[in-house]
Amino acid sequence: METSRDDFVIAIRSSFLNKGTQQRFSLLGLIIFSILFLILGGINFKPINYLKIAIKEIVYRSTFIVSTPENFIKESYLKVQTHLNLYNINKKNELEVANLRAKDLLNEFIVLENKRLKKIVDDYLVESESTFAKVLSDKNSPFFKSIIVNKGSKHGINLGSIVMDNEYLVGKIVEVNFTSSRVLLLSDLNSKIPVILEPIGLLSILSGTGEDYGTIQYNKNESIVESDVIIYTSGIGDLFKAGIPVGKITINNSENEDQKIEFFSDFAQLKFVKILSFKKEEN
Amino acid sequence: MAKLNEKNIIKKILTQIPIILLFISVLNNFDFNYLNLKYFSFNFSYILIFYFSLKRNSSLGYSFIFIAGLFNDVVNGTPIGMSSLIFLLLCGVAAYLRAITLRKSLIKDWISFVLTILMINSLSFVIFNLFFNYEVSYISQMVNVVFTSLLYFIFSFLFNFIEGNFNVR
Repeated sequence: METSRDDFVIAIRSSFLNKGTQQRFSLLGLIIFSILFLILGGINFKPINYLKIAIKEIVYRSTFIVSTPENFIKESYLKVQTHLNLYNINKKNELEVANLRAKDLLNEFIVLENKRLKKIVDDYLVESESTFAKVLSDKNSPFFKSIIVNKGSKHGINLGSIVMDNEYLVGKIVEVNFTSSRVLLLSDLNSKIPVILEPIGLLSILSGTGEDYGTIQYNKNESIVESDVIIYTSGIGDLFKAGIPVGKITINNSENEDQKIEFFSDFAQLKFVKILSFKKEEN
Repeated sequence: MAKLNEKNIIKKILTQIPIILLFISVLNNFDFNYLNLKYFSFNFSYILIFYFSLKRNSSLGYSFIFIAGLFNDVVNGTPIGMSSLIFLLLCGVAAYLRAITLRKSLIKDWISFVLTILMINSLSFVIFNLFFNYEVSYISQMVNVVFTSLLYFIFSFLFNFIEGNFNVR
C-alpha cells in the first residue's frame, strides 16, 4: 500500500515539479502564474491590463497574417460555391429587383414623412461618425462569437459604437485597443439587444444563441409571432438607433421553443464593416 | 560536412514543427466556420498539446504552451490566463500518464484524453460562469468535446506517420 502511494507521489512530482530541457519554470510554477493572471485580470490589476493591451496589439496583427492561407482557401471555396449557384441567384435577383423598384418609390415617401415626424417629437438621431474597418480576424470560437477589426481608439472608435454590414446590424464594439477593436456579434450568447417586430409592432429582446441564428425573448404571447416578420432595432434604452434591420423570423417552432431569427448579414463572410455612432440632431 | 550541417538544420526545423503548429492553431481561424456546418467544432490545440506532451515531451516547452495560451485568450476574447491554465493542466495530465505508463496503447491514451478534456472543459465552464459571468452553450461545449476526441485518433495516426516517415525524433 505504502509503495503504491509513494509511486503516485513520485509520478506527480516528476510531472509537475521537474523542469524539462531548457525550461526556466516547472509546470506547477506556470500553472500558478496562469491562476495569478486570471485573478489579477479579473480584478483589473493595472500591470495585467497593460500586458493585455501589448499582447493584443501584437496578436491581432499576427492573426491576420497567419490566417492568410486559410482565408485564401475560404475565399476560393466561397467563390466556387457562388459560381455554382450563379444561375439560380440571378433568376431570384431579377424577380427581387422588380419588386424592390416598386417598393422603393413608396419607401422614399414614408422615410421623408417619418423624418419630419421624428424631428417634431425630438427623437431624430443623425449619424455622428462613421468609419469603415477591415475585419482582421473572425475567429468564431465555439463559445464566443466576435470579430476583430483594424480600427481602434486612434481612429476615434468608442465602446458601444454599433457595427453594420451595409445597412444591416452586425453587433457592437465591446473592446477598444489603440489600433484595433473587438466586435461582439449579434449571434453571441451574451448579446442582448432591444428590438421591434414589424409589422405587428411587438417590442422584445433579441438574444444570440452561440449558433448562426438568434432568438426572441421576453415576449408575453409567443403565438403572436408569425413568419415573414422583420426584426428592427427598437431604439429603446438609447443603445441603438431605431429602425436598423437585423433579421427575420424563419421557423415558427412549437410552443416550447424560442423563435429562430435569421440575421440578414452573414457573419462568416464579413470583410469590411461600418462602425457608427449616433447623436441627436442639433437644431 | 556541409551536407551533415544541412541535415541537422532540416532536422532542427522539423523538431520545431509542433511549436509552430501550436502557434498557428491559436492565431489562425482554424474553425471551418465558412462551411456552415452547424454542429462541427474541434480544438486542435488540445490534440496537439496532449499528443506531444505524452509522446515527445521535449518538442513542446511548457513556457511556449503558456505563451500560446495567452495568445489564444487574446484571439478568443476570453479572460487572460484561462487558456494557459487549461493547456498546462492538459500537459500535467499527459506528463503524469507518461510517468506511470509502461506499455503504450492508443486506446488508453484516447480514454485518458477524453476524460481530461471533459475535466478541463468542465473547469473552464465553471470559471466562466461563476467568476466571469459569461454564458457558455452546453451544446457547443459537448460538440467540441465529441469532435476533438474523435479527431484525436486521426491526428495521432497522422503525427505517427509523419514522425515515422521523416524520422523526427
